[in-house]
Amino acid sequence: MYYDHFVLPFTIGLITLLIYLCFKYYKWIKSFPREERKKIRKGLFSLQTIRSGWEIFRESLLHHKIFKTNPMLGYMHMTFAFGWFLLIVVGKIESMVYHTSAFNPPYFAIFFRYFHPANETFPYSETFAFLMDLILLFLLIGITLAITKRFYSRLFGMKKTTKQRAYDLLILTVLWLIFPVRFLAESFTSGLNGGGSFLTYNAGNFFGSFLPLEHLSYPAWWVYSSLLGLFFLLLPFSRYMHIPTEMVYIFLKNWGVKQGREYNGYSEIQVNACSRCGICINTCQLNSSCDINDIQPVYFLRRIRNHEPLSKQAENCLMCGRCEASCPVGINLNAIRQSQRPDTIRVVKDTYAYVPEPEVKRAKVAYFAGCMSHLTPGIIKSMQQIFEKAKVDYSFIDERAGICCGRPLALSGNWQAAQIVMDKNQEMIEASNADILVTSCPICYKTFKEDYTLKAQIMHHTEYIEMLIREGQLKVNNMDVKTVFHNPCELGRGSQIVHAPENVLKQVSYKITTVYDGKKSLCCGGSLANTAIDSGQKTKISGDTVKAYTAYHPDVIVTACPLCKKTLSKTSTEIPVKDIAELVAEA
Amino acid sequence: MINFWGYSISETRSINYDKNDKAMTEYIAATVPSSKLCIGCGGCTAGCTAGNLTDFNIRKVQMLMKRGETKDAKEQLQKCMLCGKCMLVCPRGVETRKMILEMLNFIKTNQKLED
Ligand code: SF4
Ligand code: SF4
Ligand code: SF4
Ligand code: SF4
Ligand code: SF4
Repeated sequence: MYYDHFVLPFTIGLITLLIYLCFKYYKWIKSFPREERKKIRKGLFSLQTIRSGWEIFRESLLHHKIFKTNPMLGYMHMTFAFGWFLLIVVGKIESMVYHTSAFNPPYFAIFFRYFHPANETFPYSETFAFLMDLILLFLLIGITLAITKRFYSRLFGMKKTTKQRAYDLLILTVLWLIFPVRFLAESFTSGLNGGGSFLTYNAGNFFGSFLPLEHLSYPAWWVYSSLLGLFFLLLPFSRYMHIPTEMVYIFLKNWGVKQGREYNGYSEIQVNACSRCGICINTCQLNSSCDINDIQPVYFLRRIRNHEPLSKQAENCLMCGRCEASCPVGINLNAIRQSQRPDTIRVVKDTYAYVPEPEVKRAKVAYFAGCMSHLTPGIIKSMQQIFEKAKVDYSFIDERAGICCGRPLALSGNWQAAQIVMDKNQEMIEASNADILVTSCPICYKTFKEDYTLKAQIMHHTEYIEMLIREGQLKVNNMDVKTVFHNPCELGRGSQIVHAPENVLKQVSYKITTVYDGKKSLCCGGSLANTAIDSGQKTKISGDTVKAYTAYHPDVIVTACPLCKKTLSKTSTEIPVKDIAELVAEA
Repeated sequence: MINFWGYSISETRSINYDKNDKAMTEYIAATVPSSKLCIGCGGCTAGCTAGNLTDFNIRKVQMLMKRGETKDAKEQLQKCMLCGKCMLVCPRGVETRKMILEMLNFIKTNQKLED
């Protein structure tokens, strides 16, 4: 029997951790709404489970997405995760080959060097010793990088490493000590009994030349085991909770579980799945333009986790989705933020009762400009011209008595009031009996798609114009103008509409390719979602955005949203800002 | 009554500043400093989505709130759809939408205290 008392801290830590995790995940999953739980039952035996396994390998171990954003940071995360994984797997195989049974206790593989008498060889023992040393070296390099990163965070392309509290520093120290101590324990044992390979064997001989190894080797194993046990015990209450939780999240995500409006166990899982990699800090324009450094998801999620006050931080966000698009874990950051905004409007029987019964002309196509478009009459006029040129039977449904789509209310957390506005609007849209609903406002578009239950096909005007051109109903000329495209947050990242506007733009102008194309677009700063910043700060963001586009020397900055157009026009004094519909109407 | 002439005459009335409750006024002045920039031009009201359909006047709500006539302001406020148009047209950069949200916040917290 291979046993020594020093394995106890490790074993107790591991068992406690596993019991705690099972309990936590069970509790969280139990709080899901019933339909979401059903998805788990359905998904469990589907292909998605295998796909999740692959995604876990790619993201939790190799950190492929972090690599793409920042190779240096990716390498660091990978050495840690993948290195540790290999150490466990190869160690386990080694112990199985030696013991010729899969059923050795878990600690046996971890403390293999201690239990295995070095003079006794077994198949491939040299190869195993070499591999284990190699992996350990790989990990030690990773730790050196991590420590360097703490001190020179700029090297990794990050402006700020995430701020940490004392508890996190404690567990970080424990984690950093684990592998150096393992290295010492193995080296000391090798120095005494032989064994090991290029790293630990030589280090053992070296230490043996001046240290009393016979007194150090056994305590070193105790320390190693205690560090592991301590790490397991501290893990659930630290950022490293993300290691197991991210895996659980990947499964749930692939089985189709969705984050709803309410903050529930699924949100809790996502909050705990954040690795605090800090990538969201750098993509956030509130950071780069306004030096606001406490609202980014990494901080915000931590506030939620630690039950710290967060109402200020909840409001201070443009909901531009840039962080969400770059988050390697794929957390629903916008939805979670929105769930933390309070529902303040008291809804009573006659809330919004003043909205009149809908009186709209029936037609094949219903055009809903959106209230913001009424502030940019150029867009509306262009759309009317386009409809007429293409000889479309259309009805301008919110020409006179239009109301808001409800999304601004929802963005501020007032879902109940929003629902009333949405119901009234839905009634009006349905009264038009249209097959297609075209809107010029991406904010409306997103909510029509996600929160309404409309029979009509919903199209943003960029999609609709693309269809008209494709089907030959609308002829356009390629004008001799250079354009850059500012894809509105709610359209590109928010509603996955990327190709339609770009196709249209390429047909009417010379579109310059920028690094901000598609889902990488910037935010104009005018978002209604942020009520914490003042107009000066908004202007600063939009000014920086305009500057970024101006660097490409376009003749026109083109967008596809009345709000973006209005916001950008205020700061773009040299280059005109136009909506894509206006350009098409000219072409 | 249909507003046949396109304009109307306000009733003459006097305001008792001493009797009015200025708690909300102070709260708004502190949380939405830009509200002090208002010049009363009425641009916000002209473009208002709700004001287009009913007698809701955001400029007036603002004025009532500043005078401490909180009760009238409260009732009016429920009509706003938070669409944000008022904020976009304001020539002075008053964050009207935020101001409305803060008034609603204020009402909600104070209601809780009263209940
Ligand atoms: S929210 Fe995403 S991007 Fe931000 S720190 Fe967490 S894991 Fe990284
Ligand atoms: S949604 Fe935009 S503004 Fe909000 S935290 Fe993310 S990047 Fe920053
Ligand atoms: S999303 Fe904006 S523009 Fe569209 S209807 Fe609502 S408030 Fe108006
Ligand atoms: S538009 Fe601005 S300045 Fe004019 S009344 Fe409204 S808030 Fe005041
Ligand atoms: S936010 Fe309210 S007050 Fe302002 S324009 Fe919209 S409905 Fe009117």
